[in-house]
Amino acid sequence: MAEKSFEENLRKIEKITEDLEEGSLPLKESVNKFKEAVDLLKLCNKEIKEVEMSIQKIVDKDGKISFEEFE
Amino acid sequence: MQSEKVKKYSCETCGRAINHRGNCFACNLKKKSDAKMRDFSSPSKDDGIKKVNEKLVSKDKVYSVDEATNYLKGLIVNDRILQNIWIKGEVSNFIHSRGIHMYFSLKDENAVIDCAMFKNLNQDLKFLPGDGMNVIIKGKIDIYKQRGKYQLIVEEIHDAGKGELYIRFLQLKNKLEKEGLFREDHKRPIPKYPLSLGIVTSLQGAVIQDILKVIKRRYPHIKILIYPSLVQGNTAKENIVRGINALNGFNLDLIILARGGGSLEDLWPFNEEIVVRAIYNSNIPIISAVGHETDVTLSDFVADKRAPTPSVAAEIAVPDEKEVLGSLAHMEGRIFRQINNILEDKRSSLKNIITRPLFKKPYNLINPYKQNFDDLAIQLIEVVNERTENLQGGLDYLDVRLKALNPKSILKRGYSMTLKDDKIVSSINNINAEDVLVTVFKDGKIKSRVMDKNGREII
Repeated sequence: MAEKSFEENLRKIEKITEDLEEGSLPLKESVNKFKEAVDLLKLCNKEIKEVEMSIQKIVDKDGKISFEEFE
Repeated sequence: MQSEKVKKYSCETCGRAINHRGNCFACNLKKKSDAKMRDFSSPSKDDGIKKVNEKLVSKDKVYSVDEATNYLKGLIVNDRILQNIWIKGEVSNFIHSRGIHMYFSLKDENAVIDCAMFKNLNQDLKFLPGDGMNVIIKGKIDIYKQRGKYQLIVEEIHDAGKGELYIRFLQLKNKLEKEGLFREDHKRPIPKYPLSLGIVTSLQGAVIQDILKVIKRRYPHIKILIYPSLVQGNTAKENIVRGINALNGFNLDLIILARGGGSLEDLWPFNEEIVVRAIYNSNIPIISAVGHETDVTLSDFVADKRAPTPSVAAEIAVPDEKEVLGSLAHMEGRIFRQINNILEDKRSSLKNIITRPLFKKPYNLINPYKQNFDDLAIQLIEVVNERTENLQGGLDYLDVRLKALNPKSILKRGYSMTLKDDKIVSSINNINAEDVLVTVFKDGKIKSRVMDKNGREII
């Protein structure tokens, strides 16, 4: 579920930016959307910086699959 | 022996191929030589022709040339083999007339076929065929009935010097293409920001290190799962298929299938049908990066994305961290600028409203009414005053009149008033003799008795 969230969040931010730039929203809604976008931006930044690269390799012994760290 | 055979198959005038009736396609010359005809035809072919002829004759129908030709054409165009045939041979009499269509003959020691390759198909040829060149052609046999000849309509022409394996590659490519395995609309989009990546490749050699190096440099925020696979030799194909299938068991965003450069033989596992089908059936998008930029495999055709090298595959697979952070920052800037614009906009429209005359000088709004009101008030007072004066006049008049009518003032003027039983007597008709009357004067009253009455008017 959080798997796709980064891309979706990014798309959401883009959409909000476009909505805001179109400029026809009522003030209250604009402010709410702005808040939402700022939260999403924080989340995206956090996601990038916090996820660390990991590398594993599959050991396939006649269909029996196990994992090993890959150096 | 050799020269004799060639002679039999070519026109004496132009040297091009002639058909079994001895007609030259190019010169349209008929060489009536029954003896020669019998020479080219093998006994079995003769039998075949006889059978067809018997069939025609047995129906007792006489066909027109056109009808007979159409019948023959029908047999040919409905033949599965003749309509999708691979033929190898040597090119002769190659003509590329005015750079449009290509015409030539394809021959071996025993036979010749006329070939035509039309403009739309010959434009993208990677080499120019020429006389003496050994080629492999894919095409279909057709009848050109105006000339009474059959020819091979060329769809693909390949340099046979490239070897048997290359032909197998072409044939499999052709078959799978027809089946729709390479269709663009089957290709899945490559996710822009994958969180997890599978790699099927060999752990030997530079490929895996090249891929990991690029990912570490660009975007060190991804989970990587490697399936170590053979990528060369007879068992490599099964290994690759198992790798793709195994990775499909995990919730990955993307798979890279990679191998370093090599000969066509080395890369062959990536042309194997089971590998191509495994890529086609993968639920996870696959980037193929097999060999160097110039190497093309069927894996490249079927994959959702083809990368020229493993390093490029890695670059396609993950975004550049700096770019992503940059675009986040850029978007943040846009959003803040925009919300400021919106607030500024609203603020200035509020300011516009506040500075309008209505709010700045509200009395301006009621001043015209006030003046009108004042005018009306003055008018009203005037009217009231006038009316009061009029009434006062009337009152004074009535007062004078009323004073004049006061009986007392009448008595003052010397008149008197007669009462009978305390009521004013105004007519003698109410008085009888001997009545007692009271007469009122201005200075007192008297009581008297009536002695006589005389009904004569005084005034």
